[in-house]
Amino acid sequence: MDILTMFIVIPVLTITGIVLVKDIRHVRLVSAIGMGMQLILAAVLVIWYLSLRHAGNTDEMLFMRDIVWFKSLNIHYAVGADGISVAMIALTSLVVFAGVFASWEVDFLTKEFFISLILLATGVFGFFISIDLFTMFLFYELAVIPMYLLIGIWGSGPKEYSAMKLTLMLMGASALLLVGILGIYFNSAADGNTLTFNILEIKDYVIPIQAQRVFFPLTFVGFGVLGALFPFHTWSPDGHSSAPTAVSMLHAGVLMKLGGYGAFRVAIYLMPEAAKELSWFFIILTTISVVYGAFGAIVQKDLKYINAYSSVSHCGLVLFAILMMNQTAMNGAIIQMISHGLMTALFFALIGMVYGRTHTRLINEMGGLMKVIPFLSVCYVIAGLASLGLPGLSGFVAEMTIFVGAFQHPDLFHRIVTIVAVSSIVITAVYILRVIAILLLGPTNNPHYENFNDARWFEKVSTITLIGSVAAIGLAPFWLSSMIGASMQPIIDKILSVNPF
Amino acid sequence: MNLQDFSMMRHELILTAAAVLVLIAEIFWNPAKKRSISLFSIILFSIVTIIGFLPMPRGFLFGGMYISADLTILIKNILNVGVLIVLIQSVTWLNKDENTEKISEYFILILSTLIGMDFMISSGHFLMFYIGLELATIPIAALAAFERYKNRSAEAGIKLILISALSSGVLLYGLSMIYGSTGTLYFNEIRNYISGSNLQILAFIFFFSGMAFKISIVPFHLWTADVYEGAPVNITSFLSVISKGAALFIFIVILFSVFPVIIRTWQKVIYITSILTMTIGNLFAIRQQNLKRFLAFSSISQAGYILLGIIGGNRLGMASVIYYIIVYIFSNLGAFGVVAAISNATGKENINDYNGLYRTNPMLSLIMTLALFSLAGIPPVAGFFGKFFLFTAAAEKQFYLLVLIAVLNTIISLYYYLLVVKAMFINNNENPIAKFRSDFPTRFGLIICVAGIFITGFASIIFEFIKKLSFGV
Repeated sequence: MDILTMFIVIPVLTITGIVLVKDIRHVRLVSAIGMGMQLILAAVLVIWYLSLRHAGNTDEMLFMRDIVWFKSLNIHYAVGADGISVAMIALTSLVVFAGVFASWEVDFLTKEFFISLILLATGVFGFFISIDLFTMFLFYELAVIPMYLLIGIWGSGPKEYSAMKLTLMLMGASALLLVGILGIYFNSAADGNTLTFNILEIKDYVIPIQAQRVFFPLTFVGFGVLGALFPFHTWSPDGHSSAPTAVSMLHAGVLMKLGGYGAFRVAIYLMPEAAKELSWFFIILTTISVVYGAFGAIVQKDLKYINAYSSVSHCGLVLFAILMMNQTAMNGAIIQMISHGLMTALFFALIGMVYGRTHTRLINEMGGLMKVIPFLSVCYVIAGLASLGLPGLSGFVAEMTIFVGAFQHPDLFHRIVTIVAVSSIVITAVYILRVIAILLLGPTNNPHYENFNDARWFEKVSTITLIGSVAAIGLAPFWLSSMIGASMQPIIDKILSVNPF
Repeated sequence: MNLQDFSMMRHELILTAAAVLVLIAEIFWNPAKKRSISLFSIILFSIVTIIGFLPMPRGFLFGGMYISADLTILIKNILNVGVLIVLIQSVTWLNKDENTEKISEYFILILSTLIGMDFMISSGHFLMFYIGLELATIPIAALAAFERYKNRSAEAGIKLILISALSSGVLLYGLSMIYGSTGTLYFNEIRNYISGSNLQILAFIFFFSGMAFKISIVPFHLWTADVYEGAPVNITSFLSVISKGAALFIFIVILFSVFPVIIRTWQKVIYITSILTMTIGNLFAIRQQNLKRFLAFSSISQAGYILLGIIGGNRLGMASVIYYIIVYIFSNLGAFGVVAAISNATGKENINDYNGLYRTNPMLSLIMTLALFSLAGIPPVAGFFGKFFLFTAAAEKQFYLLVLIAVLNTIISLYYYLLVVKAMFINNNENPIAKFRSDFPTRFGLIICVAGIFITGFASIIFEFIKKLSFGV
């Protein structure tokens, strides 16, 4: 069995293990062991990948595996990974691992909770390793459906409404995606040749421009909804605020990245001509996402809503950078995905932990937490600083790269949208610092807070894992960006080959 | 006609023999042990099903009126498996005191309607087709009225028989026009004389309407919900799965082999009716409280999706329709199996009654969820693959807009399927349905369905096999 398939097999085995054990403590233990193994496997994958590259292997995808599934339609179970997928897989393993520890205290239908959570993770892993559009789509839908139960059963607030809204909007997106994928499939080869779902085969063929003009918007919007593309972002604040902690982490941290990843791996990579033609429209939408999300975060009072809007802004930046279609900006997009994935997961984990103590998420009702729970508060500050792009943490590297890349376009339109988008950094600083000021600093206004315990061991595991990764990317970004940059090259070549700037 | 020829009709002949055997058994059976007739009949029918899978000759009988081909044998076997599941699921219900008197009637009627379907499927001549259709319909009407002491059941029976009579009339009118304009009723001869004249188009429209009643395509669907609600649950599942599957199969075969010349006409008709069928079925399903009505409307919308496989007139389309029939049999019988189990145990059939079901009956809730997800087309269960292939078939012939409408419709359908899931998993209930343990036949039937739901999807060999046998226009 190849290493990539292991990323699906281990979660499935973990789920089987959870089904078999009875006790709640064993359920948690099995989940933690399973996802810990997944994390180790991801580390092995990264090292193996780097050493293969170091040894001079220049194939576009490594660890390839191809099994014919439905022969007559040429559907394969085809997996493979380049630097970008390896990075995304590593991100997913980290977030899921942290998520398991962040939900250590789920005591209602614990078994079902962990099964759904890991099923969701299975879908995400499957998505990132797929290079066949059919399996990619299958895993995409597999990742969306457990969300409904996770939010609906273990959520808070208007959970039923949020769960339904989120599920239907994301499935609606998958409807567009399905048509897009079928359109790509039936235009994936010259007349008479065998049609294919395989991305690596389709990219060698130029899809007719008339077809691209129809199917690029469908595919891009289909993935874009998951990446919180304005005006289809509305599921995100509701969904995130109602979801239980680990689900918010996984959703904002990883699932939203499916959107960005798919948008460039499928929509732009396979249909660059139409992408070039129509990018102006989507750039405007993503710019709105970036700025509107940031402004939205300012006026919110609920911690989770603040973070959800901030995610809209940051994920908008990912799509924004992808649409710039040059090497620097797209590198930045991938780093931003990973950086945002880690720090937003950290944010949501911390919010969950704070909520577990104060039983409120409204910032006005809290204050002076720094004095009573210093560990969590410091973590919160670090996450905040990463979010507003402080040098030394991952956010800075990502945003810097994106804006430098975006500004490389000499024309007025790109310059203006870049300047508009850059303003989001300032707005981000406003809401982050405001929250830190109200929530953490100042006097402790509730005597009840004096009794709080600081982070417990499983909470520390969760937060330290994430903070370590955020800092690692911020301090030593080059191993990551070189890994991504090399893998980005074929995509950039494809874009340049059809429309030179 | 020799023995070899007779063995071509093996499915029908052994079914007839089985029906007669049950009839004889009824006479000599000890009245005190009436209930064991179900076991006898099910074993008998299992044997029939197994014999169906043995190799048998292909060819024509009665000068081409009766056709035995790979595809017809396949679909008969599929229907046999489906009926077997229905029979297993019915045992609990038949064991009720009020039904013990009529156990053998139930089996005889089901077997005779299946004989009718088999003849219909194998027909190569419109007369044979019509006889098969009637033989398939009339026993079902009797079955729908099986609980005749209940007004609703009797009403369902009467409605079904009246609607069938009407639709048969319409159908026959169409057939008479076809005969008038071509001078023959043999499928393979008619296709040579179809030129697309106005009379033939009109004949086709009548034929289509007649079939649309059977498959319950909008606007010929109005009987469906009432009959499904009134009939006993097991008959409803039989109607929605087996009858529909058989009618859809012969419908697609006739469209592809008799009317290929006027493909543009029927594509237009199907385009409009499929959009109507999906949308109206879905919109009405949202408002339903009774699960049988709910599943009735959901099955209407499913027929709309299936039309997407027909519209292209391509080989992939026929394969995906037959594949979807299999998927649909397992999924829908799974959902109906749970409804029947709960209805038998508690008499409750409303969605509200299912609130909090997961706390008390987790297995039933999970099976229901799987079945509904399969109907909604969610991976990794079979419905996802079935829908994907249907949509691929339509997309192959450039019906992208129709595919988009259909996929958006699946989102609506997901909404109401999720309402049931929500009731079972999320909603709180002071008095949920008490924990109960279903008896062996119920559980066995559900296990077959769940296995089918998973295996049909992942085992690509099933689809590839069907694809090999299918044909296009």
